[in-house]
Amino acid sequence: MSVLHIVNKSPYDRNSLETCLRLAAAGSAILLIEDGVYAARKPSSAADTLQQALDNHPLYALQADLQARGLATDSLIDGIQLVDYDGFVKLTTEYDKTQSWL
Amino acid sequence: MATKKFLYINRKPPHGSIYALESLEVVLIGAAFEQAVTLAFIDDGVYQLLQNQDSSAIGTKNFAPTYRALGDYDVNRIYVERESLELRGLVKEDLMPLTWEDEDDDWAEKDSIHVVGSAELAEIIEQQDVILNF
Repeated sequence: MSVLHIVNKSPYDRNSLETCLRLAAAGSAILLIEDGVYAARKPSSAADTLQQALDNHPLYALQADLQARGLATDSLIDGIQLVDYDGFVKLTTEYDKTQSWL
Repeated sequence: MATKKFLYINRKPPHGSIYALESLEVVLIGAAFEQAVTLAFIDDGVYQLLQNQDSSAIGTKNFAPTYRALGDYDVNRIYVERESLELRGLVKEDLMPLTWEDEDDDWAEKDSIHVVGSAELAEIIEQQDVILNF
């Protein structure tokens, strides 16, 4: 398997997600954690961009970070998969390497 | 003690750094000294006021409910920039309902949150004596 891309910054504060999407090869996965999870809340331009990225990438978000920020599951883009901390660890083992867009 | 007009500008989201919690604590201290306190939430700062925050699973202090105490300290000028909400697909109803009781109006419960456009917020900034940024 390929790369697990991790984004932990708000899309409205930094360009981390934008750069990640530009440089993530088709088939690589994207995991949103910490302030990165705000991108998954719809309706928003960031959510629209992510929705398109789903055609080429499996997309994950860390449940605990969504819950902390008050982002309900039904407010997220369709097709995103939620993981707990164990799922986070499992993802890092399933992919060859991880790339954190700090 | 002379009363000064204090404005606290909040531009960071609540859980990725310590800024939001630190701001809230300083605001409550300032209010206890009976200064005229105004809060502004701009950019990702608007996320601090989102409903249903629960940080138990990330192991940090769950301070979101504390915003509801602001009204008890007569902190009732809470301005949220409309442009920041719109960019994030948020509306006022996504935010916590923050209220205060007006003793000059038979303790009527009133809204503390005011959604304002950037031009109006610019005027509010102009009117302050002291501005603190978080």
